[in-house]
Amino acid sequence: MPVQVEIISPEKLLFRKEVEMAVIPGEEGDIAAMPDHAPIMLLLRGGVVSLYEGGVVTERFFVSGGFADITADRCTILADEALPIEDIVLSEAEARLETLEMQLTNVAADDIIDQDRISRKIQSTRAAIEAAEASHPIH
Amino acid sequence: MPSLKELRARIAGVKSQRKITSAMKMVAASKLRRFQKHAEASRPYAAAMRRMLSELAAATEGQGELPILMEGGKGSTHLVVLLTSDFGLAGGFNANLVRSVRQIVARLESQGETVRILPVGRKGGEAMARIFPGKLVDRIEGTSGREVQFQKAADLGTRVTELLASGEVDRVTVVFNRFVNAMTQVPTEEALVPLPVAKNDNQTDYTAQYEFEPNEAELLAQLLPRNIQVQFFAALLESAAGEQGARMTAMDNATRNAGKAIDSLSQRYNRTRQSNITKELIEIISGAEAV
Repeated sequence: MPVQVEIISPEKLLFRKEVEMAVIPGEEGDIAAMPDHAPIMLLLRGGVVSLYEGGVVTERFFVSGGFADITADRCTILADEALPIEDIVLSEAEARLETLEMQLTNVAADDIIDQDRISRKIQSTRAAIEAAEASHPIH
Repeated sequence: MPSLKELRARIAGVKSQRKITSAMKMVAASKLRRFQKHAEASRPYAAAMRRMLSELAAATEGQGELPILMEGGKGSTHLVVLLTSDFGLAGGFNANLVRSVRQIVARLESQGETVRILPVGRKGGEAMARIFPGKLVDRIEGTSGREVQFQKAADLGTRVTELLASGEVDRVTVVFNRFVNAMTQVPTEEALVPLPVAKNDNQTDYTAQYEFEPNEAELLAQLLPRNIQVQFFAALLESAAGEQGARMTAMDNATRNAGKAIDSLSQRYNRTRQSNITKELIEIISGAEAV
């Protein structure tokens, strides 16, 4: 029995497919959604969702954060933003990282909420760059 | 009686007006189709969000104090967010909404609440500044008839969340036109805060209890602001589709009316021309007889 994986952004349904297993970047560590998994809801960090078929990774998506809802036969990922790894533009991600790091240095030292928000974004962008470098190492 | 020349000018004027209204109608029709598709595409996210929230709400039930975005504040300030269009020429689209806001404000005030208004869209901004100048929080530009970006809803959601967090407002209602079909838009009011909790209806599907990571409170704290944004997004999409529908209908009527006006003007033009010719002939004939 496969798991039905859905990746949804606020604008539209990006992806829906039945797979054997999906590995999801949870806030507190990766989690694998498999058939008959106990129902769990989790917060996501920026990272890569890997879909497995026959024991090998068939598709990889980058999500910048969001939520996931896993039940016995279903795995719904509510992503803030999501795109296939191949579509990440390395130069754009690096430029974004640079501006974010600039922003972080400009934030007031006592504004913890803002610092937290930006450093989350930085982590997510770093994850995107790492994923892109790993998938197309020609760069 | 207008002269032939005047009539000709008027016919030409109405004809060019008809061209404009029929072009606007076609533009509105194609936008309407696109916006409807967008609204359709945004539904899975909202549905999944609702499911997670009702699951979470059930899990946190009776667990001490709930977040402000769920329960609302302690005071009695009510924020009404009004979604209107930036442009007119859409029939009663904005006027109907303004009328229902008046009623809502009157009702809330009779319940002893202080009302603040946040209009989105230029038309609503103008109307509210005229009717309730003292109640305005701010005026926000709408989407100018272009596509609704999620970022717009996200900014609006963040703004409202900040107002709640700072204690400036305690409850939030959004008022917008719900799109039924191209002919009909229904002014709708929807409570955002306190959150109308959907009763958990998918309990029967799973006997196992949900686990939450990192924990219920943290998840709820992240989900609730997102939910507000998503609700605004859905409302903005409905309103955008409704605007185009209203404009399409209004322009269709205008085109038809212009056609009628052209017909009656042309008839008058022809009659006048005929009577002018007859008059000239009579003059010539009677002149010839007199000789």
